[in-house]
Parts: sequence; structure tokens; C-alpha cells
Amino acid sequence: MLDSVLFYFFAGVAVIGAALVVTSRNAIHSAVFLITTLLATAGIFLQLRAEFLFIAQIILYVGGIMVLFIFVIMLVRLDVPLHHLRFRMKNLVVTVVIAVLGAEAGAIIYLARKLPGQGLFIQNMAPPDKLAPNSEKLAESLFSGYLLPFEIASVLLLVAMVGAVVMAKNKKRTEEES
Amino acid sequence: MNPTVLTILHFLQTWWVELTCGVVIVAVVPLVAGYVVLLERKLMADMQARLGPMRVGPHGLLQPIADAVKLLIKEDIIPAESDKFIFWLAPVISMVAALTSMGAVAFGPAFQVARDINIGILFVLGVSSLGFLGIILGGWASNSHYSILGALRSTAQLVSYETAGGLAIISALLLSGTLKISAIVQAQYDQHAWFIFLAPVAGFIYLVASIAETNRAPFDLPEAESELVAGYMTEYSGFRWALYFLGEYANMIVVGSIATTLFLGGWLRPFPNVHWLNWLDFLPAVIIALVGVYCIYRAGKQPVKVQTGFMWAVALGCFAVAFVFAALWLLHLFHRFGVLIPLNLDFILPGLNGAFWFLLKVSGYIYVFMWLRFTLPRYRFDQLMHLGWYILIPLAIINVFAVGISMLLEANGVNRWIGMVLTTVLVLAAAVFLVRWHDQRTESASTASLTPDSYAG
Amino acid sequence: MMSPAHYLFLSLALFLIGCVGVVTRRNVIVVLMSIELILNAVNINLVLFSRIFGDVAGQVFALFIIADAAAEAAVGLGIIIAFFRNRETVLADEMDLLKW
Repeated sequence: MLDSVLFYFFAGVAVIGAALVVTSRNAIHSAVFLITTLLATAGIFLQLRAEFLFIAQIILYVGGIMVLFIFVIMLVRLDVPLHHLRFRMKNLVVTVVIAVLGAEAGAIIYLARKLPGQGLFIQNMAPPDKLAPNSEKLAESLFSGYLLPFEIASVLLLVAMVGAVVMAKNKKRTEEES
Repeated sequence: MNPTVLTILHFLQTWWVELTCGVVIVAVVPLVAGYVVLLERKLMADMQARLGPMRVGPHGLLQPIADAVKLLIKEDIIPAESDKFIFWLAPVISMVAALTSMGAVAFGPAFQVARDINIGILFVLGVSSLGFLGIILGGWASNSHYSILGALRSTAQLVSYETAGGLAIISALLLSGTLKISAIVQAQYDQHAWFIFLAPVAGFIYLVASIAETNRAPFDLPEAESELVAGYMTEYSGFRWALYFLGEYANMIVVGSIATTLFLGGWLRPFPNVHWLNWLDFLPAVIIALVGVYCIYRAGKQPVKVQTGFMWAVALGCFAVAFVFAALWLLHLFHRFGVLIPLNLDFILPGLNGAFWFLLKVSGYIYVFMWLRFTLPRYRFDQLMHLGWYILIPLAIINVFAVGISMLLEANGVNRWIGMVLTTVLVLAAAVFLVRWHDQRTESASTASLTPDSYAG
Repeated sequence: MMSPAHYLFLSLALFLIGCVGVVTRRNVIVVLMSIELILNAVNINLVLFSRIFGDVAGQVFALFIIADAAAEAAVGLGIIIAFFRNRETVLADEMDLLKW
């Protein structure tokens, strides 16, 4: 019972936040609504008993990526008179097409609910109190079975860091000095 | 009865402890933060050979309440061109982040909202780092130069020192092997030493990093009055400013709690494993009773009758608390000797004692914060960033290696303290090398570089 | 009682809203934010199935996706800053140097 209340709360906040991200005129408002969506997603992770991912999402996504986004939005703020979201036919067509595709996928999910396969999922799902401690299991597999992807991810982050610094560096000043 | 009402009642019955703790945190922590402000002003006065707030209430003890009332009835000024939604949201984020992270902090073996969560320390760290968002958004929404500059500087500083602090925490977590708060304190009990003795450099790095993270002096350039008016708080007045300010002090309490849990033994009394020192368990009651006796001694010396009466009231309060501690002990003794009293309150004792030691240690840590504030001059911003990135982060990384090496040595039979001393000497040598390398570079570069640093001044 | 269908609907909704955002918005930064929405939808799916099957590989993969999203956001924002420095705009309509 508590599970469903929590799920509906977090799901509602996530979907409403996502809709507001996509339709806000102001980029900073979009960023703030994205933060709400990310926090709601973290809540969904917590509700699925994935505690480490919950806190990883909060530290990395909200505390890292969104701070980066907000900095960049502040940097490129053009003192915009917020250009009114003009009604464009293209946007409506695209939204309708994507909605139709989504309705197809949703229908598939809905119709597959009653298939015998889906019941199998629920029966094999471990009850919450019998789950192995999440962080320990994750750490174990991250440092033994998935060590190579872990190292590759760290190299990727290093490359991204170097790349971002190189690209965002102020080249004009160094040209003037030399 | 209505099934919905039944489910609600069942929910309350299962979760009433956590809900009560949550309500207590939201209600009590801002009040406590207000009194920490008063404590800081009194300490500042004491270190500057004056008296501090004395007028409002006896010995100025009603000063926070007067401040709160003043801030509440102040006019709510919103800058004209600001973004109203974000202007409203920013202090709320700051305060909510600080209060939520208090939820996983354990004041004693039994007082914790997020009971025994798998990721205890990481939760506190992660959620308290959401406070930066409040600072950036607040600085931006104020639409003023000082605010944006202050917010950017503050965030840059926070991010840099959070990395160093996180690495220092990793060193302590290596020693404990788990993220659960109760297990960390249990590990300190099992290893017969507070982690600050096993990883002293990590404790020091965390002290410096936590001072920078809470924007306290000597790292308080972003909100120093002589530099940036009030930094990101410039355009906030009245209750919004109070939210920011209280959020900052609540953050201080959170950071002190993390340090106490990880480095200072949490709720363990000094020397918890030494059995002939078990009489130290009586210390909480004795200390509080001594404070009461001191109040009675000073009561006779007060110039004004009201203050005398107040001192007597405080003394009686102290004696009442000491009596509560002592009464529980007496009940325990009666039970030991078989005297039948139909009231077994033994389970409260470890919690109360633990809470006392925990609060004592957190207060000591906050006292060190304030002491450093009143003693050291402020760092300039580029010096601050240099200290964070060039000295503290390499030192913290080297410290992680050192703690790992000392654990490896201990597993291979070397005495734990010898391993600790060796690795600490190594890390301190690295620190000396880093600082001297920096000094040489600035000496050689100071005559050559004339390009102004964009962050300074 | 929760069934996987609920979570699948939620991640489908987030995915679709992200897609609409990517295609519709002019501001490139908002496009990047919509991409983050899509990645989050995928994460929810992964964690759901990791919970159902009791296999921690789903959560490991989700963690890598978060790390990858961080890298991508950093580089993408670096590109935007570099472009902004040259052309003073962040609207996708006005980034038309390669138009014939």
C-alpha cells in the first residue's frame, strides 16, 4: 500500500516535471523542473530498493550535471525577451506522431499484462525484506565482474573532462598574449 | 471503519517513531541553529574581551527569538527584475537540503529517522550537497552583480572542497568498511580507537573541507561583508534571509555530525572498551550537575534580581536533567540487586548517554569552527582555490593510498599504530613537498606574471 | 499492488516527453536537458528489471549510464559555449552555417 502511494507520487511528479521541462519558456525554469524530475526518478529508484543508485542519482545528476547546466544557462543568458513559444505546425505534427507511437507502445504493454509471462515476473521477485544489501552487492560486482567497464568509464570521464576544458577555454585571450 | 482510515492508522502505527523524529528535526533544528548563532556571538565576544548580547533576556538568551520576530515582521522586498519563482524557491531548497540530510544522522544508537539505511553517510553527504543549488539559484534570481559574483564564487569553492572532503571521508570509510552509520560507530568500538587516531590527516582535511563547505571563515569570501556586501544573500531580506542563514548553521551541525560519526567515535564515550573506566558512564549526569552547581555559584554574583532568578532556574533545569540520568541509573542498579520496581527503563540509558556524548562532540567541533573564525584572517579567492585544488585534493588522494597501505600492513602483521605512524609521516612529507613546491612556483612566477587573475578582487 | 506495467508506463511517458522536447525546442540547452530525460527513462527500466530478476547487472548498467550522461553533458555544454562565443546564439534555428 505504501509502495503504491509512493510510486504514484513520484511518478506524478516525474511526469509533470518532464512536461514542464519541455514547455517552459525560460531555460532556468526548465532546469529547475528537470531537477524535480531527477529527484522524483531518484525516489523511484529508492522505491525499487536500489538505494545506491538513488544516492548516486542525487549526487551525480542533481548535484553535478544540473549545476553544470545552470552555470551554462547563466553564462549564455542573452538578456532575452523570452521569445514567445510561437505555435508552429511542425511542433504539433511531431507531437502527434510521437504520441501515436507512444500509444502503440503503451497498448503493447497494456495488452501484455495478462500474458502468463508477466505473472512469472512477479512470482520470482524477491520480497523487500529478503533482498541482499544493495551497496555491497553493487560494489562486489562493480569491482570483480564489471571491472573493465568501470575502468573504461573512468577513462571516458577523464576524456570528457579534458575535452570540455579544451572546448570551453577562452582562446582569444591566449592569442592576444602570444 | 473505513478501510482508508484503517490503512492510515496502520501506517501511523508502523512509522510513528520516524514521523516524530522528522517533526522534531523540522521544529527543533532551526531553533537550535538560532541558538548556535547566539553562541557564536557570545564566543566572539569572549575572545574579544567583551560581553556580547546581554540585553535581550537574561544574558542575552532571548536574542535569537527577538531576531526571529524581527525578521518575520520585516517587509518582504523582491527585486523588480528578478525571477519571482526562483527567488522564492532558492532559500527553500537550501533549508530543505540541510534539514533532510539531518534525517540520516544518528544522535545515538536509537535516534535516527532513516533507520539504518544502507548508504547512511553517503545520504547525508549527497543531500547536503543539494544546498549548492539553493545558493546558485538565489544568486541568479536576485538579478544583481554582487549576488551573482557571490553565488559563483561560493559554488566554485563548495565544489572544490567537497571533492577534498569526500576523499577524506573515503579514507575513514576504508577503515570502517561500510557506509551504514551504526556499523561505522560499531567499527570504531571494535577497533578500539576513534578513526581520527587511525587517520589523523584525513580528519584534518575533513575539518578544513567542512569549514570551506559551510562558507565559514577563513573561507568566507563569498559572504564577507567587506567584500561582496552579503554575496548571494544581498537581495534577500526578512524571513528569506533567515532561511538562508539558518540553513547555513544547520549545515554546520550536519557537517559536525558527519565528522563526529566518522572521526570522533559517534556516540561512544571516551575509552569505550576499557572496562576499568566504566565509571565514565556516570559522567553525563555528573557534568550536567556540575554545570548546575556553577550556575548556583554565579547566581549570587548577578547584579540584577531577574538574572539571579534566571540563574537559579537554569541550575534547577540542569539538576532536573542530571536527576533524569541518575534516576535511570538508580533504577538499573535496583534491578541488578533484585529490588522490584515495576518500571524497566533500561533501554533508554544507552540512547541518552550516547546522545549526550554525541552532542558534546558536535559542540566541540562547532567550537573549533568558531575558534578558527575568530582567529584566522580571510583567504583571498584565488588563494582559496589554489589551496583546494593544488594542495588539499592531491593530499587527500595520497592519504587514501596511505590508509590503504596501513591497512595492508596491518593485515600482514605489522602493529597497527606503527603502520599508522609510518603512513602519516609519508603523507605529511607529501604535504610539506606540495606546499613548498607551491611557494617556489609563486616566487618564480610573481615577477613574471602580470596578467590579472580574473577571480581576485 | 505494483506490477512492472506501471513502471514501464512511467518510463515510456518520460521517454516520449524527452523525444518531444528534443525535436520541438529551439534552445539547444533545453534539447540537452530532454536528452537527460530520455536517459533517465532508460535508467528506470533497467532498475525495474534488475529488481524483478534479482540481478545487480541492471543497476551497474544504470550507474554507467549516469556516468556517461555526465560526460556527454559536459562535452555538449562545452560545445555550446564554444559555439556561443563565436555566434552569440543558442537557438538551433540560427545555427545554419552549413545551410546551402
